[in-house]
Amino acid sequence: MNNNRKVTLFIQCIIDGIYPEVGFAVVRVFEKLGIGVECPAEQTCCGQPAFNSGYRKDAKQAAEHFINVFGDAETIVCPSGSCVNMVRNHYPELLKDDRKWLPRALETAKRTFELSEYLVDVLGIDDLGASYGGRITYHDSCHLMRGIGVKEQPRKLIKKIRNAEFVEMYDSDRCCGFGGAFSVKYPEISTAILEDKIKNIISSNADVVTGCDMGCLMNIQGILSRKRLSIKTLHIAQLLAGESI
Amino acid sequence: MIRINTENYRDEAIKGINDPVLQKALADLQVRFGRGTAEAYRNLPEGPGLRRKAHEIRMKAVENLDILLERLSEKIRARGGHVFFAEDADAAVKYCLETARKHNVRLAVKGKSMTTEEIGLNNAFAAAGIEIAETDLGEYIIQLAGEHPSHIIAPAIHKTRSEIGLLFSEKLKIPFTTDPETLTRAARKALREKFLSAGMGISGCNIACAETGHITVVSNEGNIRMSTTLPKVHVAFMGMERITARLSDHDILFRLLSRGAAVQKMAGYVSYIGGPRQAGHADGPDEFHLVIIDNGRTKILADEEFREMLCCIRCGACLNVCPVYGKIGGHAYGYAYSGPVGAVVTPLLVGINRAKDLCLGETLCGACKDACPVDIDLPRMLLLLRSKLADGDSKWNAGRENTGEKMLYGIWSEIVQRRWAYDAMLGLSREGSRLFTGKDGMISSLPFFLQGWTESRDMKPPARKSFMRQWKKLEKQRRVK
Repeated sequence: MNNNRKVTLFIQCIIDGIYPEVGFAVVRVFEKLGIGVECPAEQTCCGQPAFNSGYRKDAKQAAEHFINVFGDAETIVCPSGSCVNMVRNHYPELLKDDRKWLPRALETAKRTFELSEYLVDVLGIDDLGASYGGRITYHDSCHLMRGIGVKEQPRKLIKKIRNAEFVEMYDSDRCCGFGGAFSVKYPEISTAILEDKIKNIISSNADVVTGCDMGCLMNIQGILSRKRLSIKTLHIAQLLAGESI
Repeated sequence: MIRINTENYRDEAIKGINDPVLQKALADLQVRFGRGTAEAYRNLPEGPGLRRKAHEIRMKAVENLDILLERLSEKIRARGGHVFFAEDADAAVKYCLETARKHNVRLAVKGKSMTTEEIGLNNAFAAAGIEIAETDLGEYIIQLAGEHPSHIIAPAIHKTRSEIGLLFSEKLKIPFTTDPETLTRAARKALREKFLSAGMGISGCNIACAETGHITVVSNEGNIRMSTTLPKVHVAFMGMERITARLSDHDILFRLLSRGAAVQKMAGYVSYIGGPRQAGHADGPDEFHLVIIDNGRTKILADEEFREMLCCIRCGACLNVCPVYGKIGGHAYGYAYSGPVGAVVTPLLVGINRAKDLCLGETLCGACKDACPVDIDLPRMLLLLRSKLADGDSKWNAGRENTGEKMLYGIWSEIVQRRWAYDAMLGLSREGSRLFTGKDGMISSLPFFLQGWTESRDMKPPARKSFMRQWKKLEKQRRVK
């Protein structure tokens, strides 16, 4: 039924470089739905690292590159709330004084969706026929939830996963302390915030913590690994693709 | 005289993080107020959208400050009050000191006011040998302890009951107790004596009204009402932005302020003050002075991108939800204003470079924006401040903070526009990471500026082949087929 539908994937830089398996999980999710995927070969980074650190001229160049690469795509889907927030909310701000680029930025923003948002809101699908034997808890990433207002969509998708039990952790909507460069520049503060998140994850008794942003999940995984805790971190696409790594 | 300690953000933050008493107090505060405020907004009869309306009211006032302030002062002067426009902290402090000297004031009682904290009034009075007694219970406690407020609304949250018991037994000469009622009674008794003997009352101003020509102050202990009515002279301080056009605006703003500050429908005491005691009035001061303070606000007003900050009504709601404030506490921010509001307003008041850590040391989670009763986009301004640090801005006397980082991003921006270069960068980082990857396949120690990460966390090294590289190979194979 979706034979004609096609999506263009923007693979977040963290996924591209460190977690390519997440990218392939996204591809499999769309294969399951019979939706074709494209990945423009020239794609790199949305520019958020530079933007968040204040280097707007540099971020602008990344934004223009993104718009050039994805300009013709009908539907852009990205497995990161943070990148979509950048494209949707910060590109227009970054390019607001640029008559040539602003209309293109606004146009691109309209066609860019976060993965869970696209599945639930656009396609109207919440059951991917996935299966996972375990207890799953979900972390609301800040830019996904507050930036683009996606909160219920991932939960709907998780609740349909067979053999899995979904448990809400306390304060799921509280920041994990990642904050990009913040985590490296102010590690003590970042870690103190992260410790609370870990406590809440542990108290949930989940065996896997999932989310829609690898930035947060990398942060969470980093401390779980250091503490030698066996709780796994998986991107929501990995669960939906039916993988149980 | 003014205490500015923004340079030590990091050290003070670490101190806060390692203080178990503070950690518990902050966690309790954020659970109690942070969650309650969101609920209180949802339960507004007009819905949480009222915050947007309040934003418009504030913005409109900020854009018409000249007219509104003139109207306010005319009305106050017509009732026999004095109005003084202070260009900076020194002028405001000097005016108040002169007024005190004129009346031979030996003791002044003060209601809670962050503006007087901003201008360093207490220190200046102490240096001049005039006592200022704080009358808000929390402020009184930290004044006795010789400390500074750590929260806009709950200044003494960092102190435990037994610390306060010890402090009171030493300073107020009462037997040691941790019973809150006994302690409050002791403070009440000591403060009543101050109220009755003070020659001057000092207050802040929550929001003034141009239409009626009065200032409004709120409290939950009644101390501000006593500070402003018992002594013969009342000096009120207000930031020049704290005004609205109409009285009807106050209804919305005070309902939101009370919810944001303390999850209340309305503060316990609301006082409308428009001048000295008028004929036929039973009480009130003989003299009333309103000090309207600029102290850097005109500069904020002149900058369209930061003007929104003047909408702030200093309720402290953003502190109660901020994950960073929730860990480091108020003292780390090094100036009168802490939390997200401090992270934006302090750099604008004391210098962006000087207070750089305040705007860089935030996660950009956006919780503050959702908690703000007047819907101020604090994360937007945090990002903007960072851009001033990145590139410098002569308008704000801001210099480029980090040339090395600037260079790195310059190179980075060239790389991200070319996939082949990006691939090469990924390849280099992958090769480099090999040196640091342990047997478990994780990196547990990173060099240079990345060291911060691995102080507490491991990191997965870059993949052998990036997603895009693998994808392109698959595409090629598909095409061959």
